[in-house]
This record gives sequence, C-alpha cells and structure tokens, in this order.
Amino acid sequence: MSDFGRLVTEQIPRLRRYARALIGAQRADDLVQDCLERAWSRQHLWDGQGDLRAWLFTILHNLYVNGVRRQASAPPFESLPEQEPPALQPSRHEAGLELRDLQRSLEQLSAEHREVVLLVGLEQLDYTEAAAVLNVPLGTVMSRLARAREALRRTLQEPPRARLRRVK
Amino acid sequence: MSADSVSEAELHAWVDGRLEPARRAAVEVYLAAHPAERQRLVDYQSIDAELHRLFDPALDEPLPDTLRLPPARRPVRPLMWLGRAAVAAGFVLFGGVLGWFAHQRAGDALAAERAFVRQALAAHVVYIPEVRHPVEVDASQQQHLVAWLSKRLGKPIQAPVLESLGFQLLGGRLLPADGQPAAQFMYQDAGGRRLTLYARQGLPDNRDTAFRFAEQDGVEAFYWVDGDLAYALIGDLGWPMLDRAAHAVYQQLNP
Repeated sequence: MSDFGRLVTEQIPRLRRYARALIGAQRADDLVQDCLERAWSRQHLWDGQGDLRAWLFTILHNLYVNGVRRQASAPPFESLPEQEPPALQPSRHEAGLELRDLQRSLEQLSAEHREVVLLVGLEQLDYTEAAAVLNVPLGTVMSRLARAREALRRTLQEPPRARLRRVK
Repeated sequence: MSADSVSEAELHAWVDGRLEPARRAAVEVYLAAHPAERQRLVDYQSIDAELHRLFDPALDEPLPDTLRLPPARRPVRPLMWLGRAAVAAGFVLFGGVLGWFAHQRAGDALAAERAFVRQALAAHVVYIPEVRHPVEVDASQQQHLVAWLSKRLGKPIQAPVLESLGFQLLGGRLLPADGQPAAQFMYQDAGGRRLTLYARQGLPDNRDTAFRFAEQDGVEAFYWVDGDLAYALIGDLGWPMLDRAAHAVYQQLNP
C-alpha cells in the first residue's frame, strides 16, 4: 500500500472513536467510510508534510456538518423526541455527577458544542488544531468549549428522578 | 503573578493540562482560594475521563472490511449515512405505523434518486458513442444552447468550463425524464474520452450538497442536489478524476 494509505489507515481507529461519540455506533462507520473515500480521492491535496490527523478530522467534520444541515431539512420523524431509555452503563459516581447519563447528555448538545467537547476532551486536539478542524477562530473554540462543558456538567448534576418526574 | 485575573480560557487550559508552568501555578493559587471553582474543573475532568471510558474501546476493535484502503467501489447508494440512519432509526424507535410512514417517506426519496441516476446513466450510455450526432446543439452556439436549456428546465443552468481538466464542451441536448425536461451537456478530451453533465428539477426531501457516487456496468457517476436542480456528472475516467471534475463543476455553479 502507498505511504498515504498506510498513514491514513493508522488514523482509522481514532476517526471511528470520534464518529461514534459524535453520532452513535450505528452510523459511525458509514461516516468514517465516507471520510476515507473523500480523503482517498483528494490525496493530491495533502502535501505530505502537514498533520494528516487534523486533515482527516477536517474532512470528517465537513461531512458531518453537511449531514446536520440535511437533517435540519429532513422528514419530521427525525425530530420526534427519543422514547427509548438509554442503555444502562456501568459507571463510577464521581464528584456528584451522574456520569451514567453522559452519552445522553452529549446527544442533547448542539452539534457545534458536541464537536468541540469531543475534539478537545476525547481526541485531545490542542485548541489551535480544533480551531483549524472546525474552521472557526480560536476564541470561538474557547467559548464553545466553556459553554459545552458547563452544559454537560449541569445536565449531569440534575438528579435523574427529577428529570423523569418532569415528563409526567 | 496575578492569581485574581484568571480567565475562563485559562481554567479550561488547566483542565486540559495545556498551561505553561507559570500560569498553572497562578491558576492553582486561584483555585485554592475558590474551592467551588476547583470542583467545577474537576467535574470537567471527570467528564473527559468518562468520554474515554465510553469510547476508547472503539480504538481496539478490528476494522470491518468497509473501512479498508483503498476504498472499495460502492454500488448505487443514494442515501448517505444520515439518510440511511434515519430509515433505520424510524424502525428502531417507533416501529409499527410511524416507522412504516418514515420508511415510506425515505423510500420515496430513495426511489426518486435512483430514478434520477438511472436516467442520467442511460442518457450517457446512449449518446456518448454517437460519432455524427453526439449533441443536439453544438458548442459553437453555446449562448443559445444555455438559454434554451435554462428556459426548458425552468431554472437557469450553465455549461461549466472544464478545460483545465482537458475537456472541451461539445454541446448539449434536451431529454425527456418522467414527463419532465432534462438537460445534458457533453464534453470530450484530446483522447476522445467523453463526460456528460445531466441536470433536471424535482428531487424531493433533499437539500444537502453532499456528493454521492453511483456506478452501473462500469460507468461511474457523481451526483448531487443544488437548490432546485439535481446534477449528475458521468464518465469513465476513474474515480479520482471524476471526483475532481465534479468539484470543478460544483464550484463553477456556486461561485
């Protein structure tokens, strides 16, 4: 395989991890596959020197954003509230947060906030890399990060029973 | 050292371990005096740790065949990941009647896209072998051609310039497609390879601009929806070249 193919292949597990956290395991591999196809067809655009991981995350981000835009104009069944109970996750209870609910809380974030929390907190991109991937200024990354983390923390602080009662 | 003027951005940099030692010391002085703030930041770190616990297993899973390079050529797959997921989600979440309606809607969009791609591929295959009459109006009357097709389609359309990729416009024609007019432009390079751009109105429930890829009997197409018109670019050029041509076309139609 070409160097390009080998280098991209090394990054696939991380692309998968990010995609799963972003849109769920069921759809993640389709998104990664689209990302790989696009990267493959544009390998002439990668200069061979730059950060391949950031380049791949940028492609994945662009595909994701197109998808979100599409979803915004999609048939109404997608916007109905999710009725399924979240899968039970074994969890540590730390610092008073109901971390068990993290996956669901993550889904409640806006796409912009979810991306920045995952790029920084999970993928450990530095702030400049995250700004490049998302194509926004550094200050925007910092303010989104602050809002997103605080939104997650607040959701996780709410006792789950209170949330259930509110539905009744 | 100004422990009192610690910014929110610095607090996050502390969470992420990205502070210079001097500022880290300043932040820690501040946090020692503000335990609630410290707790907030520790909560953020717990969230990150939980993200790793939830999603790191993905790093160790074997890769499915669909995620190998070079990517396999895919058959006609008109709905991209989100659309197909929506169909699946419709079944999983609501089942029964709602799911069925959801499937019908997505199914209608899918059928319309498939029909569009089929028509575009068929028009390509029928007209590219033509030696004497590949087009109805040739490129010498380009202005007339474009005005005529725009009028018949009911939407302004252009003939993109692909000379940077070695393709010259030969001309175009009007075609019937499910009782609607469709337009086809044809291009040719110095080696005689031909490329067609096919366009018509009327693909429902679809306003994204993602490129899709379709293949039938060795003929490849990129297609996308842009405003009121759906486009398909078709040729036997190999996938990377066709992809470049599709991007060139898209950029010219969206300056």
